[in-house]
Amino acid sequence: MTRALRLLRRRVVGSVFVLLIVVIGSFLLLEAAPGDAVDAYIVSTGGDAGMIELLRHRWGLDQSELTRLANYLWALLHLDLGHSVTFSRPIREIIFERLPTTLILMGSATALSFGLGSALGIYAGARPGSVRDRFLSIGSLALYAVPGFWLGLVLIVIFAVDLRWLPIGGIETIAAGKTGVARVADIAIHLVLPVSALGFIYLALYLRMMRAGMAEAWRQDFILAARARGLPRRRIVFAHVARNALLPLVTMLGLQSAQMLGGSVVIESVFAVPGLGRLAQEAVAGRDTPLLLGIILVSAVLVVVINLLVDLAYAVLDPRVGAGEASA
Amino acid sequence: MNRLHRFFRTPEAIAGAIILALLIVMALAAPLLFPGDPQAIAGPTLLPPFQDWSLPLGTDRLGRDVLAELFHGARTSLAVGLAAAAAALLIGSVIGTLAGFAGGLIDEVLMRITDAFQTVPSFLLALAFVSIVGPSLSVVVAAIALGAWTGPARVARAEVLSIRERDYVAGARVIGMHPLEIAFREVLPNALPPVLALSSVIVAAAILTEAALSFLGLGDPNRVTWGGMIAEGRAVLRTAPFLSVVPGIALMLTVLGVYLAGEGVVESTAVRRSLS
Repeated sequence: MTRALRLLRRRVVGSVFVLLIVVIGSFLLLEAAPGDAVDAYIVSTGGDAGMIELLRHRWGLDQSELTRLANYLWALLHLDLGHSVTFSRPIREIIFERLPTTLILMGSATALSFGLGSALGIYAGARPGSVRDRFLSIGSLALYAVPGFWLGLVLIVIFAVDLRWLPIGGIETIAAGKTGVARVADIAIHLVLPVSALGFIYLALYLRMMRAGMAEAWRQDFILAARARGLPRRRIVFAHVARNALLPLVTMLGLQSAQMLGGSVVIESVFAVPGLGRLAQEAVAGRDTPLLLGIILVSAVLVVVINLLVDLAYAVLDPRVGAGEASA
Repeated sequence: MNRLHRFFRTPEAIAGAIILALLIVMALAAPLLFPGDPQAIAGPTLLPPFQDWSLPLGTDRLGRDVLAELFHGARTSLAVGLAAAAAALLIGSVIGTLAGFAGGLIDEVLMRITDAFQTVPSFLLALAFVSIVGPSLSVVVAAIALGAWTGPARVARAEVLSIRERDYVAGARVIGMHPLEIAFREVLPNALPPVLALSSVIVAAAILTEAALSFLGLGDPNRVTWGGMIAEGRAVLRTAPFLSVVPGIALMLTVLGVYLAGEGVVESTAVRRSLS
């Protein structure tokens, strides 16, 4: 366990530097945006040149760039992401209100694409080169080529408009007054289509990786040995081939988290799911740059945390990871 | 067996090549077959497909010719996909070569910057960039390249790390070549093949990102885009679903064609390597 902890400590130090670069980058983007916080404020409230001058001074916007960067960093250290003009509320509040919805959506979609993807990958990789392998490879590639937002629209047309099985969008029935289990069931029904749209796009990735890993494992000596020992084929497929191919997929989970977050922006706006992605689109529509950059910062932190967790899981699963780093 | 022959061995590669060829023909023929503004009104509104043979795919909500839009959209998709991928490959291979060849602090700094770009969801970055700078074709290309160069950079760096220890690099040092000249004239060209193998995936991702940006209304407003067409059709999704379905299928086939052809190229060169 100390091995995993040592690895974690090293990763955390690296992550702090990475996040610092993200913060500086987003500060530069904020600077590049036309107008500043005072302009945005004046547009919504009105005021004369004297008031603009006063506000610029009070908010520290008349200072040098370096001072402003320092102020920005200092505010971020206190988890202060600034104030959203479009919502006239602190950005942190809005983001933390929307974050759980996106996490549920992402988590379910990841579970779907990882679970179904690796299962189909095992099915295809059990007999590399067979008809079913070829069929699944092409099929998954076609799915990977589908734009997520378009898949969402097609699902809406089929399941919400024609068949009327599922709701067309939103996260729950408005003003239904449901509580407890009924509310959870309501939210789950609303999430079926968005989770499918997001999950099916990335399914191909896990399927293909699993399949490629298994095709590789079949060529290894230990598989030959297992076959020579006369183990049943089913046992070889699951206990030896698939098990070896599964580990790299865990790394992929972390790497894919940033992609999933990006993908959820369009999926959330197709299905009107009030999450972080939809918020990003609202920020763009309202020209609310500080809010947009707040979302980017929170997403970056989220991706870093997910990757740390994945690294940790990996270190627990694979005893080789980090073993040689004691002296490094 | 020459390389072209080897490429056309698998049915997948042939299918990919045919799709890509059709697409390029579409893009090139668009101004010839459909001269004038594809966004101009051409007939009655919401004409269904296969009704009037002068407007084979019907018209949209404003009475614009869907087939003309589809052809002109192919131009945008292909142009943005190729330009963004080229920019990403260029930035990535330059940064990767610098990091790998210089080593030390430069390497450390450049790789942490690469990490930072990989930490931010690339679609969110593109969204922020376009909304801050303003939507135009070149801005969209830059926004997509900004999120796509990290993969090529990592691959180029790994390749350079092994190449810089070779004898001919030591030879170049001995004859007094400037390190930058060695890096970009001797090392970079030799590090390129594995970087270029990524290009089909990057082109495909760039086409999809452009479509998603246009779908959210952040494409170049003066250009027809497939993503924009899908967004347009969304308003009449119940009554005229074909307006969203047709450009979506075009997008899917395009991306699939790029993947299949790319895989064919990689496989045909991989065989050549294992034989030599």
